Amino acid sequence: MNNTAALPIPALSVRHLTVAYREAPVLWEVGWATPSSGLVAIVGPNGAGKSTLIKACLDLVPRLSGEVRIFGQPLAAVRRRVGYLPQRASVDWDFPATALDVVSMGRYPRAGWLRPLGRFQREAARAALAEVGLADFASRQIGQLSGGQQQRVFLARALALEADLYFMDEPFAGVDAATEKAIVTVLRRLADQGKAVIVVHHDLATAPHYFDHVLLLNLRAIASGPMSSAFTPDNLARAYGGRLSLLDQAVAAAAGAPGAAPRG
Amino acid sequence: MMNADFFAALTLSLGHNAAVVVLGCAAFGLAAGLVGCFVLLRGRALIADVAAHATLPGVAAAFIGATALGLDPRNLWLLMAGGALSAALGALAVRAAAATRRVRDDAAMALVLSAGFGLGVVLMSVVQSLPTGGQAGLSHFILGQAAGLAEVEAQTLIGLALVASVIAVLLFNPLRVLCFDEAFAAASGLPVRALDLSLTALMLLVTVAGLRAVGLILVVALMVIPAVTARLLTERLSIMAPLAAALGAVSGWVGASFSAAAPGLPTGAVITVTACALFLIALTLSPTRGVVAAGLGRARMGYRIGRDHLLRGAWEELEQLRLGPDAPFATAAIAAAWGWSGPRSLIAVTALRAAGLVRPAHEPGFLRLTPAGIVAAQGVVRRHRVWELYLTRAGGVRAFAAHRGADLIEHTLPPDVEAEVEAWLASADPAIARLAVPPPVEGAPA
Repeated sequence: MNNTAALPIPALSVRHLTVAYREAPVLWEVGWATPSSGLVAIVGPNGAGKSTLIKACLDLVPRLSGEVRIFGQPLAAVRRRVGYLPQRASVDWDFPATALDVVSMGRYPRAGWLRPLGRFQREAARAALAEVGLADFASRQIGQLSGGQQQRVFLARALALEADLYFMDEPFAGVDAATEKAIVTVLRRLADQGKAVIVVHHDLATAPHYFDHVLLLNLRAIASGPMSSAFTPDNLARAYGGRLSLLDQAVAAAAGAPGAAPRG
Repeated sequence: MMNADFFAALTLSLGHNAAVVVLGCAAFGLAAGLVGCFVLLRGRALIADVAAHATLPGVAAAFIGATALGLDPRNLWLLMAGGALSAALGALAVRAAAATRRVRDDAAMALVLSAGFGLGVVLMSVVQSLPTGGQAGLSHFILGQAAGLAEVEAQTLIGLALVASVIAVLLFNPLRVLCFDEAFAAASGLPVRALDLSLTALMLLVTVAGLRAVGLILVVALMVIPAVTARLLTERLSIMAPLAAALGAVSGWVGASFSAAAPGLPTGAVITVTACALFLIALTLSPTRGVVAAGLGRARMGYRIGRDHLLRGAWEELEQLRLGPDAPFATAAIAAAWGWSGPRSLIAVTALRAAGLVRPAHEPGFLRLTPAGIVAAQGVVRRHRVWELYLTRAGGVRAFAAHRGADLIEHTLPPDVEAEVEAWLASADPAIARLAVPPPVEGAPA
């Protein structure tokens, strides 16, 4: 899995990544490289370390060992090109902020943290909010938005970063059908613009429809590669340890799906 | 005259020293309100209280140490430095105790708070026994006594408060992002650890600045109360922060003026009571989060539901009995249909009579719909039945479920949705749409 020397440079490459909370390892010797662009899913059972992998790549949790390269460079050198969309449940939505306030947070890394946003930056934040279909909700307090709308606000904040590589932690968790569709549209557009988006995804049935590339994760990297070659019954059974009773059905459904080829 | 003195102090005309003290307390309130917003949103209000109580051993130890070294033990800078040091140690101790995971956070905070304060009280008794100690004025650090503040001390307070305010304003955006979403802040390249440390430093700065004037027991009140008050009044941090600063400044100003007019009153307590009064006013009258607004909203909703139920109940009762809409109907039948208690039924009838929708019939216990009531009842029943039709025909919902669904939604159906449903009916079944009141859906309970 380390044959990453060939051009083009992978958006994310990880070698020998090990992370442990206290004694038990959460990720064990993970090695993985993504394509340079396109939509990439991280799939695996609960507690497989999917979110931890993202956080370890972003230096949000300490690594025991291993190396992370983003566009071939260490994170610190390319911080501006990286965007992060945390889990929706990780913040307090009663926070005194409007939807536009939250999206504006995505502009500070570019505009500078220590002064108010100028007109251009505010317009960029508004445009990001419009892109996820929430232009009319700009001045709504975030706690008064539905779960799906809150998720879209997070997505808009990520868009406002104008990054080249996005890490998204379960953007589809607990959203309504309309929001799911809106998010997929935005993701496709990002991929068409040549950006790379790495998404922690829970739904095996939709994974082959939405994503080009996949990493099957369960403590270790079980398999990775283009959806058509890596998202196989065998690999899924290994990732899920045969614990899923509906696995065969899900795989059958997935196999019939038009798995998109990797882009870029 | 207490009153005259109070207004003199309030208008800064009770003498130069009193004016400086009042300004000092106002500046402190401003800084505390501003910093308090971030302390509160970062979930650090209790830590702030722990730190404030943990200043006492530091203050007392500084006094004892200065006496031993032959320095001036009443030097405010020295005492504040001692207080800041032990407060920082207290905050660290809470973290360390919680990090062992053998003690829960709240227990760790209670532990350090009482241990710090207890140790402080013990050291205070040592201070009392020192030759320099008698009436050392250190007790003012506990409850605060602004009236006795020397001018230079008040100026120190103003200076520290302004420094804290300027730093908080400069770090406004990073702190806001940190308080809302720490992971995003870190991923965006913000030095989260350093920012957190600055916030703790700001909190300590405000705490020690307020020690002498407000006292360590109540210093946290001015960080928490104005921020909570401001939160009741706005949904945006960019308004909440200046508002909290203003509320804190007003509390400090008014409280210090009281204390100046009646020097027996402990300043910290008076300032805190003032801030609490402002909080209670906001809690009562806030247009969005206030108690009155919530009560009014509930009452309006209750009236609307009672009205709709009574009108529809009357209409359906008369419809079943094949009587005209202006025929008398039994109040008891409606009350029984909706499961109303006697008082509930009386309230609904009284409200509708006052609104001119029903009037008493000749027979006791019977009512009639007024002409306005008939129009209103038609509207209510129509809305209910159109919604039922929509649910059964377009939504495939069974009749009884549609009836329940219509019950739940009809009082709060937004006008645009109502218009849409009407438009649907007009195209789906124009014959029924033309009726003033559509017939009930087959199988739905009356």
